[in-house]
Amino acid sequence: MTVRALPADATAPRSARTSLATASVSAVNRLSRALGRGSGTVAGGRVGLLVDPGLLATSATGRNIALVTGTNGKTTTTRLLATALSDPDGAGVVSNDTGANMPAGHVAALVGAPAAPLAVLEVDEGYLGRCIVETAPQVVVLLNLSRDQLDRIAEVRMLVDRWRTALGTLTAASAGGGGTLVVANADDPMVAWAAAAAPSVRWVGAGQVWHDDAVGCPACGGRIEFTAGGAWACDRCDFARPDVAADVVGDELVLADGTRHRLAIALPGQFNRANAAMAAIAAAPILEARGQGDLETALDRLGAVTEVAGRFSTITRSDHPVRLLLAKNPAGWTAIFDLLDETGDPADPVVLSVNARTADGFDTSWLWDVPFERLVGRPAVATGERRLDLGVRLRYAGVDHAVVDGPSAAIDHAAASTPSGGRIEFLGNYTAFADLRREL
Amino acid sequence: MSAGPRRLVIAVVYPDLLGTYGDGGNGVVLARRAAWRGIEVELVQATSDRPVPRADLYTVGGGEDGPQVRAATTLLEDGTLVERVAEGAVVLGVCAGFQLIGTTFPDNLDRPHEGVGLLDLTTTKGTGPRAVGELVATPAPDAPRTAGGDRLPRLTGFENHGGVSAVGPRSRPLARVERGVGNGSGDGTEGAWSHRVLGTYLHGPVLARNTALADVLLGWALTPAGAPEGTVAALEPLDDHEELALRAERLEATDGGRTGWRDMARRVLTRR
Repeated sequence: MTVRALPADATAPRSARTSLATASVSAVNRLSRALGRGSGTVAGGRVGLLVDPGLLATSATGRNIALVTGTNGKTTTTRLLATALSDPDGAGVVSNDTGANMPAGHVAALVGAPAAPLAVLEVDEGYLGRCIVETAPQVVVLLNLSRDQLDRIAEVRMLVDRWRTALGTLTAASAGGGGTLVVANADDPMVAWAAAAAPSVRWVGAGQVWHDDAVGCPACGGRIEFTAGGAWACDRCDFARPDVAADVVGDELVLADGTRHRLAIALPGQFNRANAAMAAIAAAPILEARGQGDLETALDRLGAVTEVAGRFSTITRSDHPVRLLLAKNPAGWTAIFDLLDETGDPADPVVLSVNARTADGFDTSWLWDVPFERLVGRPAVATGERRLDLGVRLRYAGVDHAVVDGPSAAIDHAAASTPSGGRIEFLGNYTAFADLRREL
Repeated sequence: MSAGPRRLVIAVVYPDLLGTYGDGGNGVVLARRAAWRGIEVELVQATSDRPVPRADLYTVGGGEDGPQVRAATTLLEDGTLVERVAEGAVVLGVCAGFQLIGTTFPDNLDRPHEGVGLLDLTTTKGTGPRAVGELVATPAPDAPRTAGGDRLPRLTGFENHGGVSAVGPRSRPLARVERGVGNGSGDGTEGAWSHRVLGTYLHGPVLARNTALADVLLGWALTPAGAPEGTVAALEPLDDHEELALRAERLEATDGGRTGWRDMARRVLTRR
């Protein structure tokens, strides 16, 4: 394990309050684990922030921080970026890799690894502003922004205005690693509108399958026109796709100077190649500033990620390989349907599981924004706590389906009418996916 | 059976501006339910870059403040929706779509904007927190009835809005709120309607959870424009067991699985 000297201010004497807060995070996490209540990251972080509301800022001080946010791909891109920044022995990078992406989760991760000089933090879309103020990040990665949990987070335009305000407070990135570099997806007009307020932006043409939330121009209320070539522009004002530093073209990353790099990753699907490109572009300046490598180094390391908290993994259940996929909102489901078309057999059965708890959003209306019509021809099983909503949606989509209580029972139901060895695709939203993992 | 058209054009109005809450599903529900009954149906996604098509039934969905203003302005400039309603076309407006088919609605700075004026409805920005959650409402005694003359069953859906809507004398409230906020104007009402135009804060989408209401809208669209007020063409029944199971589950979830004495009292007192 590599142990690096810490910057002076990280080892400076801390206030009694901060010390108490730090100690309580560890204590609550130990207690939580001992009681079998999960990894306890959020509980510990909450108590720590209660004792010392400034704990996120204090625990971030003296480290190089990268923030990753967006509607879809946060957890995967966070993992890819942390992997790209890690030495082969894995030392030196801390990350909130359990998906606890609000300040309590950030604090728990940071306090749990006081010696790590680098931190890659997945940030809930609604907390970007606070995290920018408190962690003074070196890099901010903005993936995409579309409708998700409208009852909890906010409508897309309210959110994008808050991002824009927060990003406008950043200072320009310098070659030595000072200031903040924003790595932003140029193919998402909402992201582009927010990121354009930042002084230093590296634009990546990462693609965006979902345009339905970006038709109204965020600058003037005009209409955003998308062309087949991937460009976009407002029909009234001069807001248009920025010139990119790098473009994702198939399985290659093409830089503005024409250099081409292979995106050789183990995760399936075009959206994961996009996530990998964003991670590599974000990792390169950090590696360069630390004298630890460059874009090639980052790209070489990404192939080591084969699954992310169970997502994209394949399990075996009664002779059937079952691929586990997570999709939380219309854009995410659409991307997963693309993945099914790209990497699977069009007759493979699908098991679909939907819950509507706090982490999922209580409103299931979004099911009608998902193009379930694309599953016509596959046997489908609806499960999860909101399987009746899903069943009605599938009925109107013309998809033959059964409705079964319990995700593992639903997989068994699909298996019963699938030839031995045939693959089953499991798609669940956030807590439905976690429920299945717990059941298996 | 009806003597009206056996062919329907259903238009989802401006899905590019007004489609935030899955309300495009209302068009799908209407089109499927018509097609399952052997009615020839065309479902049009009427985007805002083209003239509004001449349809028999229009759905106008929810949306965010900026696109809502743009949608209302464009609909007024276009004129076809207002013209078709005068000729007897049916309109369902949901959430922002409900507000903008009214007379006045607010933008994000609470400046009033002119609505399309299909309903006598004035919406202002609420001062309290946004209304977010399950909404259950009992149709008013004078609300639209089914083809058989029955009152519509309780309406269930999910609301998410910050507007307060007052129904004026030229329209009528659709329902009385049991759970949730609805119009939020202090009179306990939800939604509004007049002639063949109906608006509501319910999404879910509303017609997937309330198929009886979907069939009233289809019945209106299949009734000749000159027929007496309240005439609803009868449609053959469908196997709605999945929709009915969903309704029952949602109503039970919002009732907490049992009916408390307050609800019993409210139901008795509000019964006609």
